[in-house]
Amino acid sequence: MALIDLANPTRFVALVERVLPWLAAATLTAFAFGLWGAYGAPDDYQQGATVKIMFIHVPNAWLSMFVWGVMSAAALGTLVWRHPLADVAAKCAAPLGAAFTFLALVTGSLWGRPMWGTYWVWDARLTSVLVLFIMYLALIALWRTVDDPARAGRAAAILTLVGAINLPIIKFSVDWWNTLHQPASVFRIGGPAIDLSLLMPLIVMALAFTLLFVTLHLAAMRNEILRRRVRTLMLTQAERAA
Amino acid sequence: MDLGPHAAFIVGAYVIATAVVTALIVWVTVDHAAQKRTLAELERRGITRRSAETPPLRIKETA
Repeated sequence: MALIDLANPTRFVALVERVLPWLAAATLTAFAFGLWGAYGAPDDYQQGATVKIMFIHVPNAWLSMFVWGVMSAAALGTLVWRHPLADVAAKCAAPLGAAFTFLALVTGSLWGRPMWGTYWVWDARLTSVLVLFIMYLALIALWRTVDDPARAGRAAAILTLVGAINLPIIKFSVDWWNTLHQPASVFRIGGPAIDLSLLMPLIVMALAFTLLFVTLHLAAMRNEILRRRVRTLMLTQAERAA
Repeated sequence: MDLGPHAAFIVGAYVIATAVVTALIVWVTVDHAAQKRTLAELERRGITRRSAETPPLRIKETA
């Protein structure tokens, strides 16, 4: 199957049906290894066992930004190339991104209470991620408000690209401002500051959550294509009845 | 395994993550079943796309 064939929704659905079981199996395997590694990981010399929250907090924090990046690429696909699947991809990624951002905020809060002495502080990192979460909710609301998928897709694409400004703010907030949140400890100049015994399970869990996103995203895109097919048939039926 | 004095925070984080991931999986699965059911119902009533002569997607009857 040529790459251009994926622009055809019917062929895309057929491809998704074929790869979904394999992706689901890969996701489950990655989670099994990741959780086993997290279970066996040693306690941190300062944080003790609370470091285990890192194995779900950090992957979700990464995904919260990654998903918006995927939506931004899809937004370009909608506005520039008018790819038929671009707005489908963007629409289906938004609820997943909102869920991952919610998890990053909640698990971060549960990690912060024993380590910082507070669930929440209005520092630049936490606030910019909260803004990201609100933007996800705004996009979901926009998709639900506009009935015509094509019009909703264009409006959502513009909002997505404007919102992408927040991504570098989130990433560099810990460098630009004095924050209670720690600076980057994995992707940083000089290499990761985390011991390998903690880094390896973290990488495997990040891979597992990323595979989970890809699996759910493709499945949700398939559902959205079917939903639009239903909508078209309903309109056809209404025209015949009129 | 001893999770120390902050066990409730650690267990709470994993429980919430499990609940949210489960909710996402259930949402996608239920939505898929609903769309397939509606499409099958429409096709049963003879409402098909013009391109239906070249079978695009095999929709199994669920009922």
